[in-house]
Amino acid sequence: MSNHENPRDDSRASVELSEMTLQSQDTDIATAVPTRDQTDRIRTTEAKSQGRLIRERFFRHKGALAGIALLALIFILAFTSIGFAGIPGWWNKEYDVLADRFNEGKPTLTLWPFSLGEHPFGQDVLGRDYFALTMRGTQTSLIIAFIVGLVAMVIGTTVGAIAGYFRGWTEAFLMRITDVVITIPTVVIAAAVAGIVAQYGIIPFALFLGAVTWTGLARLVRGEFLSLREKEFVESAKSVGASSARIIFRHILPNTVGVIIVSTTLAISGAILLETALSYLGLGVTAPDTSLGKAINDNRSALTVRPWLFLWPGAFIIGIALAVNFIGDGLRDAFDPKQTRVKQ
Amino acid sequence: MSTSSVIISDEQAPIGNGPILAVKNLGVEFNVDNEWVMAAEEVSYEIHPGEILAIVGESGSGKSMSSMALLGLLPRNGRSSGSAKMLGKELIGASQNTLRRVRGNEIAMIFQEPMTALNPVLTVGEQIREAVEQHTELSPAQAKKRAVELLRMVEIPEPERRYDSFPHQFSGGQRQRAMIAIALANDPMLLIADEPTTALDVTVQAEVLDLLRKLNKRLNSAVLLITHDMGVVADLADHVVVMERGRIVEAAPTAQLFAAPAEAYTQQLLGAVPHLGSKVGGVLTDVELVDGHLSIHREYAEAAIRAQETRAASGVVPALELTDVDIEYPGRFRQPAFKAVSGVSFTINPGEVLGLVGESGSGKSTIARAVTGLIKTAGGRVSIGGTDITALSARQLLPLRKKFAIVFQDPAASLNPRLSIGESIGEPLFLHEKPGRAELDKRVASLLEDVQLPVAFRNRYPHELSGGQRQRVGIARALSLRPDLLVADEPTSALDVSVQAKVLELLQELQRERGFACLFVSHDLAVVELLASHIAVLNKGILVEQGSTEQILKYPRDPYTRRLLAAAPVPDPAQQSLRRAQRSALMAAGAVD
Repeated sequence: MSNHENPRDDSRASVELSEMTLQSQDTDIATAVPTRDQTDRIRTTEAKSQGRLIRERFFRHKGALAGIALLALIFILAFTSIGFAGIPGWWNKEYDVLADRFNEGKPTLTLWPFSLGEHPFGQDVLGRDYFALTMRGTQTSLIIAFIVGLVAMVIGTTVGAIAGYFRGWTEAFLMRITDVVITIPTVVIAAAVAGIVAQYGIIPFALFLGAVTWTGLARLVRGEFLSLREKEFVESAKSVGASSARIIFRHILPNTVGVIIVSTTLAISGAILLETALSYLGLGVTAPDTSLGKAINDNRSALTVRPWLFLWPGAFIIGIALAVNFIGDGLRDAFDPKQTRVKQ
Repeated sequence: MSTSSVIISDEQAPIGNGPILAVKNLGVEFNVDNEWVMAAEEVSYEIHPGEILAIVGESGSGKSMSSMALLGLLPRNGRSSGSAKMLGKELIGASQNTLRRVRGNEIAMIFQEPMTALNPVLTVGEQIREAVEQHTELSPAQAKKRAVELLRMVEIPEPERRYDSFPHQFSGGQRQRAMIAIALANDPMLLIADEPTTALDVTVQAEVLDLLRKLNKRLNSAVLLITHDMGVVADLADHVVVMERGRIVEAAPTAQLFAAPAEAYTQQLLGAVPHLGSKVGGVLTDVELVDGHLSIHREYAEAAIRAQETRAASGVVPALELTDVDIEYPGRFRQPAFKAVSGVSFTINPGEVLGLVGESGSGKSTIARAVTGLIKTAGGRVSIGGTDITALSARQLLPLRKKFAIVFQDPAASLNPRLSIGESIGEPLFLHEKPGRAELDKRVASLLEDVQLPVAFRNRYPHELSGGQRQRVGIARALSLRPDLLVADEPTSALDVSVQAKVLELLQELQRERGFACLFVSHDLAVVELLASHIAVLNKGILVEQGSTEQILKYPRDPYTRRLLAAAPVPDPAQQSLRRAQRSALMAAGAVD
């Protein structure tokens, strides 16, 4: 039990250690998996770039591939069906055109034999084509979610990295700002600002949301930096004269990628919900435009009578959130060199 | 008061002539990914009352796990087979209740890390009393009295007062003593000590070993000592069991094993242990025991000092020169700054290896970091190749960084886990010489060859390498720019002895080949003796003594150096018992001084 600190052996896998949490760190591949190792040795003599190794690991992660496929499918469906930014799509109805209700607005989609019918997702109470509406909502929600994720990641990582690495008054200053942003409830800021911002379109609205949701990420990244900057490999880099920028970007940041990616995927899923909440309060996306959250809120009373009005956008929200989380998992594992041969 | 503590041994009624513990064909296996992996098999030994049995082996030899199996303390994915009889009672396969009773009343354990084994928010006394109350019917007042007695027995000064101290107020050695007191609270028949002194400094280690030896004699209980340190074995054990890869390689009485090891593995293991005094021919040779009294021959020392002085006047530009260096760690709020190093001066000439020796907290690593510009000095000069680096800005220092490099203690922490081995080794080259990709690849490949690693390792990541391989990578990285000065901060203290021997050999070879100067920081005098031509001894931030290796080891002048030399255990039982006598005489003389 007490052998964690002990000298390690050169020539064999330590059974004692492999039982402990150190398994992935201390198993000596050279003897643990001899045959595989020998083939590796021949194959990998040539220096491989970091990027190639990461790609290889990512494409071995089945969950991530499924996530990528699902997300790509949703993207393609949403953007090609009703078109985007003036480019027409293959679907013949607009999301904001009222029409007579066909068959009480029930979905006409049948899977066997496959047929879309007139209104595959049905029609809402006003007779709008619900497929077009859902696609429009998906577009909006995707754009908002990814912009929020990106902005939160960039601001959060930058603030956290600078605060954690340089310490001193820089840290005090940045973290007090973070505290201030955290203490103001998002909904209150949104009430004051989002309504105005949202008038200029969804992109300024998304940028604004990103600018208030980076705080969690900043704190996590700072924590990681605080512990990593004391590690010997950072001292080792300093001793050979690496610049602060090199130490931050080359040595510390790659070791925090897991935390950053996981928090970003959570921020993306969170952004979809935040947008939903704000749209519900009338502070986010406003009619005639729509988003998945708004579509659900608009039809929240229809759950018992016309459940499809509730279920379609809901299914897309779940699909997007799941896909993003799976991709996040895959990326985190891909960036972690310890995952190479442990998990396939 | 000492009479009352004898009660402890009186209570243990005679146990007959049989062994306390008889282990037969003990096997331990672990389930890893649905496969049973052997950790130990066919382990058999016996321990008799009053005996100390040492199980020796390198990491992964199964020495700890086979002992944990006795107590039923294996991790959840482990299982054990065979037989282990404690006073005739079978332990393997016994119910949790039986085992708990055995753990409580008959077997006690001492762990490696005394800081984490004690609860920081309870006083030491309370923790001992708790242990006493759990195993006896004593009233709280009696239990407290007993706890004080136990503290006295493990030689804590002023036990009544120290009863109310918290663990952080104890030194490392005292904490380990307190742990021993807790272990003794239930009058165990068998004490399992798992690396009891590995986390301690040599002088403290010597005291704790003394205590264990005395207690063992006094209580007539048996001790099962698990260790990787041959010196500790030679000092303490009656019988030795050598384990390798889960099997017993050799079992013999200590004297016999050290004098004539029968098995190749044992010979190899003993051969790998650096032996203090083997190169210069003895340690403390000016110190002699005459009728149990200490006699020090001053004239040797003075001759050696004169030789030292002639060396200093040679007139070459030293590779490293420290002049009156002070290093402080800044205080916080109202706490004053902590002076880690004060007034240290020494020089290393080109091509020379200086061993900087000291115990933990002596400031030796701090000096290593100051020399490589990682921390600022508060005063004095640090000249590398004639340039004072303390006055330089980071930018001015940058070109100079090619001239020196550092190898760190922990090879696991000193390599960036996200960089491949090739990238780690190539980084200094990339930063200073900006070679093209093909050129960089070629240089990295040749560096890997220099440290005797396959070129294919360049695409691996640190976690895929063993400790010794990682340290080779650390050395390759440090030597990539062909520095004039290499600072090695305890480069082998995290490695097994056989691995340490190989890494030291490599380091020596490279030093001879390339002729760089080296500041070798270590707590291990035997290792320093192998490598260094000169030694500087550091105690609490002050350089107490420096000189040639021979002078320091044979004719040390400073009492601290003498204590340090006397405390280091030597892997030779006969010599060790002589040294023990020498040490106690030295301590007695030191107390008079």
